[in-house]
Amino acid sequence: MSNKLWLIAPALAAAAAGCAASAPPPRTAAASAPATPPKTYSRDPYPSTYRAYPGVLTAIVGGTVFDGEGRRIENGTVILADGVVRAVGGPETPVPEGATRIDARGKWVTPGVIDIHSHLGDYPSPQVEAHQDGNEATGPVRPEVWAEHSVWPQDPGFTRALMNGGVTSLEILPGSANLFGGRSVVLKNVPARTVQQMKFPGAPYGLKMACGENPKRVYGSRNQSPATRMGNIAVDRQTWARAAEYKRKWDKYERDGGEMPARDIAMDTLRGVLAGEILVQNHCYRADEMAIVMDMAKEFGYKVSAFHHAVEAYKIADLLKANGVCAAMWADWWGFKMEAYDAVDENIPLVHNAGACAIVHSDDPNGIQRLYQEAGKAQAAGRRIGINVPDEVVWTWLSWNPAKALGIGDRTGSLRAGKMADVVLWNGNPLSVYTRPERVWIDGALMYDANDPKRRPVTDFELGQPGEGDVK
Amino acid sequence: MKASLLKGAGALLLSLLAGSVSAQTIAITGGRVALGDGSEPIDGGTVVIRDGRIVAAGRGVAVPAGAQVVDATGKWVTPGIVAGFSRIGLVEVDAVDAANDVEARNSPFSAAIDVSTAINPRAQPIAVNRAGGVTRAIVAPGTARSIFAGQGAVIDLGADMNPITRARAFQFIEFGEEGTRNAGGSRAAANLLFRNALREARDLGLRGPIAGPGGQRTATANDQRDLPLEDLPNNRLLSASTTRPTDVLLTRFDAAALVPVLQGRQLLMVHVERASDILQTLALKKEFPSLRLVLVGAAEGWTVAKEIAAAGVPVIASALTDLPNTFEQLASTESNVGRMRAAGVRVSIGMIDDNEARQVRLARQYAGNLVAVARVPGSTGLSWGQALEAITSAPAEAVGMGGEIGSLRPGRRADVVVWDNDPLENGSAAQLVLIDGIQQPLTTHQTKLRDRYRTPTEGALPKAYDR
Repeated sequence: MSNKLWLIAPALAAAAAGCAASAPPPRTAAASAPATPPKTYSRDPYPSTYRAYPGVLTAIVGGTVFDGEGRRIENGTVILADGVVRAVGGPETPVPEGATRIDARGKWVTPGVIDIHSHLGDYPSPQVEAHQDGNEATGPVRPEVWAEHSVWPQDPGFTRALMNGGVTSLEILPGSANLFGGRSVVLKNVPARTVQQMKFPGAPYGLKMACGENPKRVYGSRNQSPATRMGNIAVDRQTWARAAEYKRKWDKYERDGGEMPARDIAMDTLRGVLAGEILVQNHCYRADEMAIVMDMAKEFGYKVSAFHHAVEAYKIADLLKANGVCAAMWADWWGFKMEAYDAVDENIPLVHNAGACAIVHSDDPNGIQRLYQEAGKAQAAGRRIGINVPDEVVWTWLSWNPAKALGIGDRTGSLRAGKMADVVLWNGNPLSVYTRPERVWIDGALMYDANDPKRRPVTDFELGQPGEGDVK
Repeated sequence: MKASLLKGAGALLLSLLAGSVSAQTIAITGGRVALGDGSEPIDGGTVVIRDGRIVAAGRGVAVPAGAQVVDATGKWVTPGIVAGFSRIGLVEVDAVDAANDVEARNSPFSAAIDVSTAINPRAQPIAVNRAGGVTRAIVAPGTARSIFAGQGAVIDLGADMNPITRARAFQFIEFGEEGTRNAGGSRAAANLLFRNALREARDLGLRGPIAGPGGQRTATANDQRDLPLEDLPNNRLLSASTTRPTDVLLTRFDAAALVPVLQGRQLLMVHVERASDILQTLALKKEFPSLRLVLVGAAEGWTVAKEIAAAGVPVIASALTDLPNTFEQLASTESNVGRMRAAGVRVSIGMIDDNEARQVRLARQYAGNLVAVARVPGSTGLSWGQALEAITSAPAEAVGMGGEIGSLRPGRRADVVVWDNDPLENGSAAQLVLIDGIQQPLTTHQTKLRDRYRTPTEGALPKAYDR
């Protein structure tokens, strides 16, 4: 896997975190910047107000630990303190005095699952018409919409993803009706009153793009462009050309000052992509289309972080590896539309085996509750054709790889000292159908405990309804 | 071990291809055998098959002389999976209208629609799910402009051109939110539509005796006694001289199709989720006492489980629905199936509105999850044996075919799967699939693509030459 993308991510994350009021100086500004930088627009006008909930010094002792980066520790010790992982090691790891000791013998400890593709909050339950907030299908180019402005924090799906799925972070994307669907947002999976309270601090934004059937169907059926796959790419290229021009004007202004160029909220997003600040998350099923998109990205000087729903990734796993693009995939979804007809159950292990970056994703409020099982199915499908991926390496598909593809790999996605204490204790092998989360910590705070009904979140929507507070 | 099984399976295939199917005796030995009747698995069991039927299964079963032996040591042996509610065989690709026969939005007909004429045994979803160990399926049409979807079938997933196990096994109706839409916008309208339709059927029936066989039917392959009503000889209902009132809503065919429902000769399968809709459905029997009901979905069933159990109505439930996706599913929980079963309801697993045209192979994972649920404090799940039952004999029983399919009890059709591991676990796969005792191919479009792209780069020639 190429490291190009990941190298820029931590710097971006740090930059985005500190720019609530004004943007950081552009990278090209160093040499000729005027003494007072020109007034510019905020890159973070809806800043995260997420605060970790209180946790206690915790030692999870005796479990099988997958560190998320591919290592396995038997009889492991994981120490959580002050919201972060303080130590990860074998039985010799000292347990600090005063730590709450959790007996994990016979259980497994992993970093929390990260779903790179979710619509929770923007297509919430109940899925009534009034809640259909995921597709601004009023034009194929809508990079001005931001998924976070649709997210309903009271979506019960968040709590199911936490309690049944062990999901600690997730990316909420706009839908795929549009070529440019809008900005995505990365959330910590904590119940909250406002979306800002869920926003992953410092996570770079994503741009949702879509290839293939959906945009051409939605607009073709209205006798608008795009009506074909070639129309998809034509509109994409025209848009990127405009974005490049916009970026030139704004780069010049932010470097040299002068008259402020006209502001275009849509183009702000695309400028961010071209500047490497916003990561492209590209819905794309077919191998041939992914290859075209990778060329288009080179043509306009941006990078695709991951192809989502990459059903045919196995056909071009070598190209994905060479371009350093991840493939986010289902284990066995297929056939619901023409571009999903060539799915194979071995897609994920084949991509992994080729040395490319494989991710298991859901795109579904039910699937997100069982991503760990989906990984288990994919692993088994690989094993049957002689691709043996150990359990602890399989876990990279669920946490480390998606974290990197979201630009948050320096903060979460693996159990490393100093990283966020986003941790799941499982009651069995977490690739098994028979396993469920027993406890889930987010930034060291215990947000779910299967043995404690008081650690089971209930959304506003479900209060006073049949089944309130029930196991789900 | 694996080699010996494959060798055995290979020999089996060869001999069956030689055409001596009817005389075959097959013994699957040494495996962990689960009967599918709710009992727990038996180690070192033997399954004996003769002439396409189960002769015996369990421990201490003798291998008949001359039987072809499949060594399943280290493997699991179960009845084939029965898809409890599906649209398998009606669809090639969901989003391609021309390859999707689930519903007929512009048809003048509803209850008379008969899916048995639309099943394509060569559809890829049949092959993919057969390779996933699914051997039979309950197939229902979808509703379009009426709450009556039409008549569903029980099919096998065999690689031949005779997929129908029982045609017209049930009438399927939508009676919750979907039915409300179909009926014009309210539950009250759906209720009235139903009652009117059955009265129109009754009025037809009063004009003369229903032709054809009465009473409970027994299933046989392609049962010709199950002819569509309009095709039955001497059917006076549909003769030109039979007059009907002018103020009817149903076509003659649709009204005629509801006569066997009204008379209790054909099951009425009803999709409902909300507790109050479940109770309203059960209450239909007050007005139409002969109705033989089966509930589908029933997300809130656990809240009225006693009433369902008392009515003796089986439920083909969605296993893992746990979100308030709709206002009729507010009380949904993964404990629904376990709680209903604990209350005495006959529950099986189906997949309504859940990729049921392509992914019924996921029934195993769903069942396994209900075993997982049993370990979560405060939840109610199933034992392993109960979970397997919920995807084998229980759905068969729900449609009155437990005597024919769904278990390894003697006399049942020999739908048998040998798995490389625990079939409810994510990592397992079917290695040998028998339907009516006949070994089935497990290759699909998918497996061929997989083999072609095992290495993604081209060799001396383009990929199109690799096969």
